[in-house]
Amino acid sequence: MSDMPVSNRVRKIVEENGEVRTIFLEYNVPGAIPGQFVMLWLPRVDEKPLALSYLNGEAAVTVQRKGKFSEEIFKLRKGDYIGVRGPYGNGFDVNACKKPCIIAGGMGMAPLAPLVEKLAKKKPVVIMGASGKERLIFRDRIGKICKVEYTTDDGSCGKKCFASDILAGVIEREKIDVVYGCGPEQMLKKVYEICKKNKVECQLSLERYMHCGFGVCGSCAIDGFRVCVDGPVFSSKQLSKMSEFGKFARLKYGKKVGLSEYYNWRE
Amino acid sequence: MKNPTVLASGLLGVNVEMLKRVVKEGAGAVTFKSIGPRVKSGHRNPTVLAYEWGVINAVGLPSPGYRDMGGELSRMKEVGAPVFVSIYGASVGEFREVAEAVAKYKPAMIEVNISCPNTEAEGMIFGCSEKLAFDVVSAVKNACGSVPVMPKLTPQAQNIGRVAKACEEAGADAIAAINTVGPGMLINIEARKPVLDYKRGGISGPAIRPVAVRCVYEIYEEVDLPILGIGGVTEGRDAVEMMQAGATAVGIGSGIYYRGIDVFSKVCEEMKVWMKGNGCKNVKELVGAAHE
Repeated sequence: MSDMPVSNRVRKIVEENGEVRTIFLEYNVPGAIPGQFVMLWLPRVDEKPLALSYLNGEAAVTVQRKGKFSEEIFKLRKGDYIGVRGPYGNGFDVNACKKPCIIAGGMGMAPLAPLVEKLAKKKPVVIMGASGKERLIFRDRIGKICKVEYTTDDGSCGKKCFASDILAGVIEREKIDVVYGCGPEQMLKKVYEICKKNKVECQLSLERYMHCGFGVCGSCAIDGFRVCVDGPVFSSKQLSKMSEFGKFARLKYGKKVGLSEYYNWRE
Repeated sequence: MKNPTVLASGLLGVNVEMLKRVVKEGAGAVTFKSIGPRVKSGHRNPTVLAYEWGVINAVGLPSPGYRDMGGELSRMKEVGAPVFVSIYGASVGEFREVAEAVAKYKPAMIEVNISCPNTEAEGMIFGCSEKLAFDVVSAVKNACGSVPVMPKLTPQAQNIGRVAKACEEAGADAIAAINTVGPGMLINIEARKPVLDYKRGGISGPAIRPVAVRCVYEIYEEVDLPILGIGGVTEGRDAVEMMQAGATAVGIGSGIYYRGIDVFSKVCEEMKVWMKGNGCKNVKELVGAAHE
């Protein structure tokens, strides 16, 4: 057993919008399934968990410019060195559903895009929400596969509301049996509540600060669950046991804070 | 303790719910991750990696500080097994300060981390000197009242048995040994850079088991205190070996990486099978058996 960064290079960079880029890797990440992530290392900068946004024979991560680390990722050029270890985490259970709904908030679309591709035959319904039209990523890629309902906070694309606002209607109309979701945790908490009320299963991908990625350090704890190995995808039953879900997260040094403080925290 | 396995300090022990989980997975006792006097952010990633023979880490003792851990520490009773709390400081005074604050919550044991190889001021400097170890343990002991005190020792000490003896003379109630070995370094040859951002890191896992067994063996010859044997225990046979070297209980940490979070129940089950097959009725018979 070994979990060291494996040397890789940037093969291609695709600009998704002004603040989001997809970095394609020279070498694939063998065995990865939708919902899994890698630890991406930029020497002398940092190492962070990033969801795989492409899987089939080509591995990629999709990154939003936000803090110091993503700023460095935006400086990468074709051929530049990156270290990659993984894949980590459990990934989504694609066999659990007959008629899936996939709901994404903003960058939450990154780990969900390969899931949509994997579930294409089951004709999934996708709900994609963001603050504005430019922030809806992978529109062409997902639109080619299945029906997509858009929501934006400013009404620039689709309905002017939150993605979770139209979920109950979709569940009922499309006879959905499993909802897969990723996005800001306040949104995921709403998704969980709506699924519970409508008696459908959900599988939601969560995020926490991580050190090891393989289940020993405890930094990504949500109650007694480790996001890196017990998750990042959690079932309705697991989510129902979490007192911290939708409320609290831990900063790098272990301090427990409210979610909004966690999202605004930068090193 | 229901069984002799203990969650070693530094792993998973960030909150009460996680400690409960580890007890459910079979641990006889659990340890809260080292708590310091104030906020310490630790090192930048990569901080924890695994190479072919072991785990290497330089997490760097991140802690919100004891004031901020009060909420968790006050719920320790909910864990359902003895809870140890690991503490660190950069001076005798800081150790005393943290010990005094933590002792109020009445943990089953205060583990005194005088052996971390990954920090400048708070680490193994105290565990490498008989005098400093004596001073820290005396101060902590004075601050703790009736709560038992267990210094965790470093294999980097020139004579770990003598450091253990100094701790005993200072009033220690038990000895934990060993912390990680090293520090070591690994270089990514394509990037031409050390892989850990802190460059150096402590080594744990199967690679260090022989060092741990030797240290526990030497400490057992030197002191009359219970020893928590830590270092590379991943299966039942390793635990039996550690106890034969002199350990009363065994700490498990990196074993979680090799065998999953239920490594505790696996090790206990394997110990039972071994004991049955070797005519051993009580784990107490194992302690120090290799010395006879």
